[in-house]
Amino acid sequence: MKEYDLVVVGGGSAGLAASIAAYEDGVKSILLLEKEKFLGGILLQCIHNGFGLHEFNEQLAGPEYAQRFVDKFMSYGIEYKVDTMVLGINEDKSIIYSNKEDGYSIVKAKAIIMSTGCSERTRGAIAIPGSRPSGILTAGLAQRYLNIDGYLVGKRVFILGSGDIGLIMARRMTLEGAKVLGVAELMPYSNGLNRNIVQCLHDFDIPLYLSHTVSNIIGKDHLEKIVVSKVDDKMNFIEGSEMEFEVDTLLLSVGLLPSNVLLEDMGMEMSSTRGPKVNEMMETCKEGIFACGNSLHVHDLVDFVTKEGREAGKGASRYLKGLVTRNEECLECVAGDGISYVIPQYVHVSNVDDNVEFKFRVRSPMENKKIVIKINDQVIKSVVKLHLLPAEMETVVVKKGEFTSNNGKLVIEVEER
Amino acid sequence: MKEFICIVCPRGCHLKVDDDGNVTGNSCIRGEKYGKQEAIDPRRTLTSTVKIKSELVRRLPVVSSEEIPKDKVKEVVRCLDSVEVSAPIKVKDVIVKNVMGLGVDIVATRTIEK
Repeated sequence: MKEYDLVVVGGGSAGLAASIAAYEDGVKSILLLEKEKFLGGILLQCIHNGFGLHEFNEQLAGPEYAQRFVDKFMSYGIEYKVDTMVLGINEDKSIIYSNKEDGYSIVKAKAIIMSTGCSERTRGAIAIPGSRPSGILTAGLAQRYLNIDGYLVGKRVFILGSGDIGLIMARRMTLEGAKVLGVAELMPYSNGLNRNIVQCLHDFDIPLYLSHTVSNIIGKDHLEKIVVSKVDDKMNFIEGSEMEFEVDTLLLSVGLLPSNVLLEDMGMEMSSTRGPKVNEMMETCKEGIFACGNSLHVHDLVDFVTKEGREAGKGASRYLKGLVTRNEECLECVAGDGISYVIPQYVHVSNVDDNVEFKFRVRSPMENKKIVIKINDQVIKSVVKLHLLPAEMETVVVKKGEFTSNNGKLVIEVEER
Repeated sequence: MKEFICIVCPRGCHLKVDDDGNVTGNSCIRGEKYGKQEAIDPRRTLTSTVKIKSELVRRLPVVSSEEIPKDKVKEVVRCLDSVEVSAPIKVKDVIVKNVMGLGVDIVATRTIEK
């Protein structure tokens, strides 16, 4: 059985950054496994620009952002296999995969980085009433058909959900000749970035219906018509508010779910983000198995995925070099009032190199608040934030010296100023 | 009077720009600059794909080398419908030079080796 120091599962932004960081930190025996035919992940179908502002201080199209990391990865001669599906991971860190060349194979790893990305929520996940004709698909799938395969999936389109992929597809399909009749969002506020609301909807006079959702789907073989209804504050349809749209396509942009089948099969418990719980170096509860990117939690900017991949790569390198300080003492990090999740969930202060960057999201849009970090009920840090949106991930950096205790509970919460 | 939502930061101020280019509703100087630009000469970066003869892929993603006037975006995309290139192509290769005489090139955003 072939053995590597590090096996990386998933060759998108997170996996590429993790492999590169580990290599640059001295790990030379690396194998990256990717299920698609190319390295680069979902960025290859995100042909719009706006990527890389944090990482490169310039705006790049998705494929171009990916290309920079693929080129660097290749220049290091790191070993990789594409068109390769990982089927399972055993307790001893052996990895079962299959592809056309090797058939069913097993490799052994001393450390593993999971960067398996996320998948889109489907019609089944949100239980839209009505018949089940063709013509209803997720926005990301329509994006793949259009940008990679060259097929426009419909001519008259409605979009459910104001997630960024849906907004981007509203513009993209309009430019390719389709008529986008509207976007409905269940919540009273949009889930997409402001820039996308303006440049994808306003630019093309596409209406955004807030507090609205699809209440019926009509069509025998193919989609013919949808009914959109307003919802009250309990999310119930308001009778009499129905609007009908004759469309051949309904795109769903209703959220993303981290893909962690492999870790779940190992019996690993998932957190509220649907990703594994990790510590200060992105290591899961199983020693030597790390996680990063959208399979850990769904990110809004790829730049942050890259950064997190790098953290996991460095963490794996530390682990492989035997530099990890482990003792029983550990802080459990939890989301307090107004916060939906916190990453990392555990911090071993003795193992912190320089600082820990906590990542979190607020539960609802807020203005002029204080983000407070407490350890065992004592405030260690507070930061004023003028604008907070669930669609934008927030971060607070805590320096090693600022941790007032090595064990107990660290809470991040929103307070009035 | 024109109205915009500012996209400079996540706050999303509702800007009003009068006929003399005076911006109100902004909270910072960057918002004022954005409002003026949007009122006088709105521009957008264009991204699309073109046909490519390749063993590996069917479409090549492209971008405009600079922002183009907003009202020209649709025409430029139509003009790219008939463009076909052949691999190999490298990132930043010029696919259409000076598209529609706008002084802006259409360039590749992906490397396709064969």
